[in-house]
Amino acid sequence: MKKLRIAIIGAGITGASIARVLSRYENLEVHLIDKNPDVGWGVSKANTAIIHGGYDDDPDKYPVRARLCVRGNRLWHQWVKELEIPHVWNGALVVALKEEDFDELEKLLERGRRNGVPEMRIVEGEELFRLEPGLTKEALGALWVPIVGQIGPISAVIAIAENAVANGVKTHLETEVTGIRVERGEVKGVETNEGFIKADIVINAAGLYADEIARMVGVDYFEIHPRKGEYWIFDEGIPGPRRVLFPTPTPISKGIVVTTEISGHLMIGPNAQDLPAEEKDNLATTREGLEEVWEGAKKLWPNLPPRDKVIRTFTGLRPEPTGGDFIIKAEEVWGFINVAGIRSPGLTSAPAIAYEVVEIIRRDLGIELVEKKKWNPYRRDITHFFALPREKANEFIKRNPAYGRIVCRCNKVSEGDVLEAIERMKFLAIKTPSVDSVKFRTKATTGTCQGSFCRPRIIQILAREYGVEPWQVTLKGKGSEIGIGDVKVLLRREA
Amino acid sequence: MYDVVVIGGGPAGMAAAIKAKELGLNVLLLDENDYLGGILPQCIHPGFGIHYFREELTGPEFAHRLKERLKELRVKVKGNARVLSIENYSDLEKVVTFVSPEGIFDVRTKTIIYAAGARERHAFEIGIVGDRVAGIYTAGEAQTLMDIYGIMPGKEIVIVGSGDVGLIMARRFALEGARVKAVIELMPYPGGLARNIMILRDFNIPLYLSHKVVEVRGRGRVKRVKVVKVDENLRETGEEFWISCDTLIISAGLIPNVKLLKEVGVEIDPATGGPVVNDRLETSVPGIFVAGNALVINDLVDYVAEQGELAAEGAKEFVENEGIGTKRWIRLKRGQNVRLLAPHYLSGERDVWIYARVSKPMENVAVEFPEIGKRIRLPVVKPAEMLRIRLRKKEIARAKGAITMEVVPL
Ligand SMILES: Cc1cc2nc3c(=O)[nH]c(=O)nc-3n(C[C@H](O)[C@H](O)[C@H](O)COP(=O)(O)OP(=O)(O)OC[C@H]3O[C@@H](n4cnc5c(N)ncnc54)[C@H](O)[C@@H]3O)c2cc1C
Repeated sequence: MKKLRIAIIGAGITGASIARVLSRYENLEVHLIDKNPDVGWGVSKANTAIIHGGYDDDPDKYPVRARLCVRGNRLWHQWVKELEIPHVWNGALVVALKEEDFDELEKLLERGRRNGVPEMRIVEGEELFRLEPGLTKEALGALWVPIVGQIGPISAVIAIAENAVANGVKTHLETEVTGIRVERGEVKGVETNEGFIKADIVINAAGLYADEIARMVGVDYFEIHPRKGEYWIFDEGIPGPRRVLFPTPTPISKGIVVTTEISGHLMIGPNAQDLPAEEKDNLATTREGLEEVWEGAKKLWPNLPPRDKVIRTFTGLRPEPTGGDFIIKAEEVWGFINVAGIRSPGLTSAPAIAYEVVEIIRRDLGIELVEKKKWNPYRRDITHFFALPREKANEFIKRNPAYGRIVCRCNKVSEGDVLEAIERMKFLAIKTPSVDSVKFRTKATTGTCQGSFCRPRIIQILAREYGVEPWQVTLKGKGSEIGIGDVKVLLRREA
Repeated sequence: MYDVVVIGGGPAGMAAAIKAKELGLNVLLLDENDYLGGILPQCIHPGFGIHYFREELTGPEFAHRLKERLKELRVKVKGNARVLSIENYSDLEKVVTFVSPEGIFDVRTKTIIYAAGARERHAFEIGIVGDRVAGIYTAGEAQTLMDIYGIMPGKEIVIVGSGDVGLIMARRFALEGARVKAVIELMPYPGGLARNIMILRDFNIPLYLSHKVVEVRGRGRVKRVKVVKVDENLRETGEEFWISCDTLIISAGLIPNVKLLKEVGVEIDPATGGPVVNDRLETSVPGIFVAGNALVINDLVDYVAEQGELAAEGAKEFVENEGIGTKRWIRLKRGQNVRLLAPHYLSGERDVWIYARVSKPMENVAVEFPEIGKRIRLPVVKPAEMLRIRLRKKEIARAKGAITMEVVPL
């Protein structure tokens, strides 16, 4: 059987999900390409991590979003189990603070019903505070959406990519697509800094850069501009809500959320600030933005901690497309499929988007897909020492004493966890060792002390396992090296 | 069952273990590192031990002396042992659970001396915004990178905080050939000991008082930082400038590392960040003692070691009498210009050392304890320098109720 070669540009949640679903077919050879050193480092890295309910996308205005969000939500219930992705199904409350807000809630309820969202209803009074005791006393009522949940977004991309690779997908990291070769109206492959990658089908899942990729084949009917959102995350032990708390939404944003994120920290954000199209890498937090988030969050959750209880602030950029809806379609150039403008709720929709792409390949490109006899839907999560019951932990330590050496004190991450992370980094063909790759797999450096104790040790382990000098280890890829040389390098006048 | 398990093998823990053993107690010392000394091995500069050993030593030398003594006394030491939890079975029995490369173990003990040190405040905690890039380190992390692992972090350095740690890192960087472009201090006065402030002059390093770093910009790596001037109320004046650099060192203070203590319900003093203790350095949970930076942030290792010994004496009394026998505790309260103090409760059965810090610098002052009519004159007090004051048993005995400590102008 002649295999069809598929190049997916972008290893975010969208590209990785597509790769996983396509890895099911015998007659496809799938290549997943990303310019970053690791998977999931684009938009998918920094967001609110919510698996949305599917009630806020207007099916008249944004039919694709409205359809794929609900379906994505349902698929995640299955994917988190198959792939052992950290998750919680805690439900959401869209809170009304003014009488007028109820009109909007009624609208959402109606829209949700049209989109097929189950089990929603409006709650008030005692029931509301039973669902969320810490909510502001000003709350008059809320739309209760039980199917909402949260996942670890980067953990999810890693899990999906690992499963895809286990099923035969090949990753190309630190590989930037610079052009797309088209001959007689058909794609032939992609040009990259690492050479030409042949492909019969090119799928554009490049997040913020999807417009630039589309222009490479002459498709220029849309543009992506970044919409910045900033967040605060607080130290452990600070009481946060049990549910995801939304304010009543506005036309441009779902509003500033208050939630307890998956590893137990209170998180607030995001605001929404539109940036010019050239600022696709402006990930700086700003004082004005963080202030806005603080004020917004306080309305729902008056009990915010003192500001120095913050352990981290960060920024995400939403890829906002012209027109506002997801752009998922086969274009004029044969073999080129756009999966562009995947703004929120893209994380939620990703699995559904992947099945949509299969449909497009089948229906619009007329390709018959042959299922593998043996496709492995499962992936085992990395060992987290902190989550092991005692007997299990002892078994692991007996097998490998590295599991008994704690590297990150705040989050109880063992050297064994770190070694496993590195093994998995190599499995995904990660070339440049970075602390962030270890962080996203193990949670080391994300606790109260933000890595000042464990980062130096992680650097040592990475240097050893990757066979590089410790100062060449990076924080987050090339250009972010930990040091400039050994400690005497300046005295020797070499740096 | 042990008489005492010491958690933490820095100077406080080592001194506590040594003293406890000398007092005849059955001791186990646990540390998460595979070496003893805590942060001392990374402090390769002199300035350690002037009081304790009456000699000026480096950090590693200070640690070495204590290690030798532990060996002589054959104190049981377990390295690579990270304590996961403390459980208070009863007043007279505690269980310490730790993990090591040999497995997870529970040890039973009558008392615990908790000496787990402190952590450093990081960039987010002090409100710095901007890009999250490489080249931002806490002072201790930079010190570890340089002096334990031999890595040079960068060549153009800006340091936040003029406390001793920041100043010592300024010198350390300068000695290795880096250009220290500025030390930025929020307060209108420098934060370090006088002898360390000399470093700035020696190496020609500009010090900006009443300034703070508010933003970092860069791509992979720090490129520049924004500095703003503040007024006497620490409010930003709007006057601001950028400094280009590739490394930003945060030396903005330490916070006692008390997570395990909080989990067993020990009462924490918001002023020190450490536990509330009596003059035996016993916490609100009977039989759990604290020493060193886990108790209160110290500026001299000598005091830290002294606290370790004091805690060991407390443990000895506890083991012998099945508890600290004191019937009446006198509260020591903070008065004017006293930012923090420890211990918080005095028995009046013994002389005590009070460790305290002022809120603001002053000249020609008296440290007063009005209820007992005690007054000590001092030429200067500074927040950076810990006050260490002896209260005699007979002085404490004069108190009817609580005693206040205050620092007032003469
Ligand atoms: C602030 C914020 C909050 C959000 N909250 C939620 C939420 O709660 N729930 C939800 O469902 N969704 C949410 N979203 C949306 C969600 O995060 C995105 O829809 C989703 O992550 C998009 O994933 P992606 O794979 O399409 O894009 P990305 O993750 O950006 O992946 C694209 C990848 O393409 C790579 N790439 C780009 N150009 C090239 C090139 N030339 N060559 C090679 N590689 C290239 C990039 O490096 C990147 O890794 C939020 C988004 C933001 C920013």
